[in-house]
Amino acid sequence: MQMPIPDARVLALKADLAARLRSVMPADAVIADPSETRAYECDGLSAYRCPPLLAVLPSTTQEVSDVLRICHAMGVPVVPRGSGTSLAGGAMPTADCVILGVARLNAVLEVDYADRIIRVQSGRTNLSVTGAVEAEGFFYAPDPSSQLACAIAGNIAMNSGGAHCLKYGVTTNNLLGVTMVLMDGTVIEVGGAHLDAPGLDLLGVICGSEGQLGVVTEATLRILRKPEGARPVMIGFDDNAVAGACVSDIIRAGVLPVAIEFMDRPCIRACEAFAKAGYPDCEALLIIEVEGSEAEITHQLSLIAAIAARHDPVEVREARDADQAARIWLGRKSAFGAMGQINDYMCLDGTIPVTELPHVLDRIRQMSAEYGLDVANVFHAGDGNMHPLILYNANTPGELEKCEALGAAILTLCVEVGGCLTGEHGVGIEKRDLMHVQFNTADLAAQMAVKDVFDPGWLLNPAKVFPLDVSEERRRGGGQPAPAGPRTSGEPTGALRDTSDQKKGLAAA
Amino acid sequence: MTPASEDELAEVIGGAQGPFAVRGGGTRGVSCDGIALSTVGLSGITLYEPGALTLVVRAGTPLAEVERLLAAEGQRLAFEPCDMRRLLGTCGASTIGGVVATNASGPRRIQVGACRDHLLGVRFVDGMGQVVKNGGRVMKNVTGYDLVKLMAGAHGTLGVLTEVSLKVLPRPEAVATLVLDEPDAARAATAMAAALGSPFDVTGAAWVAGRVLIRLEGFAASVDDRAARLGAALGADRAEVDWDAVRDAHVFADRPGDVWRVSVRPSALAATVGALQAGGAVEVAADWGGGLIWVLCAADRDLRRDLAQGHATRVRGAALPDVPRFQPEAAQIAAISAGLRQRFDPRGILNQGVMG
Repeated sequence: MQMPIPDARVLALKADLAARLRSVMPADAVIADPSETRAYECDGLSAYRCPPLLAVLPSTTQEVSDVLRICHAMGVPVVPRGSGTSLAGGAMPTADCVILGVARLNAVLEVDYADRIIRVQSGRTNLSVTGAVEAEGFFYAPDPSSQLACAIAGNIAMNSGGAHCLKYGVTTNNLLGVTMVLMDGTVIEVGGAHLDAPGLDLLGVICGSEGQLGVVTEATLRILRKPEGARPVMIGFDDNAVAGACVSDIIRAGVLPVAIEFMDRPCIRACEAFAKAGYPDCEALLIIEVEGSEAEITHQLSLIAAIAARHDPVEVREARDADQAARIWLGRKSAFGAMGQINDYMCLDGTIPVTELPHVLDRIRQMSAEYGLDVANVFHAGDGNMHPLILYNANTPGELEKCEALGAAILTLCVEVGGCLTGEHGVGIEKRDLMHVQFNTADLAAQMAVKDVFDPGWLLNPAKVFPLDVSEERRRGGGQPAPAGPRTSGEPTGALRDTSDQKKGLAAA
Repeated sequence: MTPASEDELAEVIGGAQGPFAVRGGGTRGVSCDGIALSTVGLSGITLYEPGALTLVVRAGTPLAEVERLLAAEGQRLAFEPCDMRRLLGTCGASTIGGVVATNASGPRRIQVGACRDHLLGVRFVDGMGQVVKNGGRVMKNVTGYDLVKLMAGAHGTLGVLTEVSLKVLPRPEAVATLVLDEPDAARAATAMAAALGSPFDVTGAAWVAGRVLIRLEGFAASVDDRAARLGAALGADRAEVDWDAVRDAHVFADRPGDVWRVSVRPSALAATVGALQAGGAVEVAADWGGGLIWVLCAADRDLRRDLAQGHATRVRGAALPDVPRFQPEAAQIAAISAGLRQRFDPRGILNQGVMG
């Protein structure tokens, strides 16, 4: 993974910068000792590490503003960090950057059950947002699997999803407003406790911008009343294609479960060996959860069972009580742990149209054989968000590179069948150099134009999301002046489902 | 001008000085000076996969055609795009591009989200004549910046939509409405909050003509169960209600005066209505649990003077010199919006001034 060469000018500023930062925040909030900055050298993509120049831990929006204003004046790049759980390297530092961690911004500022909102500081963890409202029977819907640790700031940066977004949507659908600090220290308020924007939907583009537009310090989030109950059913199949068809038929029948999880045979076996959840040894396993009142649950499960019966299932197991429900989920929830016990793994998260499921699983199996690396698939089938886990041994020279090459091939396949590179983890550095596969020059230019407006000097998290060659001029030259007139067009066009320009993009990459 | 293809549209915009007044069906009262540039030549369904809940459709396709297609498969656009023709006295056929460009969203906003929440992907031609795509046709996609949301509600000021990709949802088997007579705004807001704070999956909470209306949808057995229990809790009875009329603010159609949409936090309904009434005679109806207030008032009134929070958009009424259609934004936000327009349409030729 290539990163820009650290700027010697910035490296030389370390002592001066640290002194200036200490003048606006408590001494313990500015971390300069190399033995301590090492704690921030990586995020969840731990294959890549680089300690930052400095790390700062502001406690207020004002301190965030002061830090950014100082870094802006001195031309120092800033990498915002939530809890550092990104699997895409979104919070990975460069040697010439200041890591701005929001962990100390963790207060609940307001809860209003009549308006069904909670306002929190952005360093608060996802699960503790629900924790603040669950006594009243409410919850915050997006539930990334790292929810015990991950921060709302990171959720907003990556537009995080979770297992239950088929019904509740992802972060962007549950975010109503933010307080955000721009790179020059300006504090802006976008949105609020009301449901729509008065002008352009800036909140929509802020969410998912990977910490490149500003540092979110406060967020207004939608909270929902918990359903009366929820119950999973597990269905095993002897054929991936049949399992995929069953998912499609359930959706067509008008049933909208809150979660439809899919595991393939390698994953089922690994999970069973690890968690002993009592899964059948079959080709594909669906875990489908429905929720609502008892009448609703019973009715939906009976519809699902009837549809499943038409697809010749190996086994249908409906949870009769909480204990059985927990056992059904046990294997799925231990999937990553089970894989970690076998080997190192890389987790991808490309999304595909659900109709392409059987084809994509077949191709992944072929590629797995070609590259000589095992791949286990566990994913959110209702929305097509795949999670292929590529197993490799980090201690074997060359195996990480081989794993990355297989990962790139799988993600390219996802785009070719009409999907995308990342469904919920974000681009970060991990998928940065694959952006050409999905977007052509004009597509990328339009996105970078947004950053030009929010962060004209390209100092916020600059080496992420966009391929380095594409962003180089902006990063070096401190941004890009606004265009004065028409530029020549000539980029290929095609329908959204048409992969023609994506293929051309591929050729270009 | 009515380009017949995306390429032709790109040529028209890239090669002309403009300014252009971008137009779909012309039903939503959005207008400006300039050469009329219609999207109705960009019509047709590109892809519909009911089993994947996805629809890709060209921007000029009539909304009615989209709704017919989905209904035939037992599906729908769950965000309930409103039909403004009766309220605004417009005619013509609404296009899906116009729906997206205005982020037109109905009562179900409180449960399933707005149009922008169902928009999976866009293709558009920017002000330089370049074709740009963003998003795609899958439901979870965080690849790059989300220009999809930015384009929803941009009223054609950042680019002309050529194709949109939407998440669709099943039509429910049954619908029930609970009705509670409640002329008092504060008590109406409390009743709506109680319904929305219940676990009964309310898909509509409105207050029209002194009645609180609570909608429940789903499988028949479940709707009956929830309606019985929620009705008992609220002291409300089931009745037939025309939700399209709620969605389209028919209560103020055929009535003289300006019509505004006011967005506030739902609990501010009573205070907001009180403040507006103190400033002059108004009639109000509420949707989104009180978060959206439809206001009928005198034609020359600047409603914003009496608004303590939220924002207001004038949807019907003649332009006044100092009272723009959209709520003026705080200076820093306005600077960002202006910066984005400058980048996407540097010559300022697309729907100039439509959003203020």
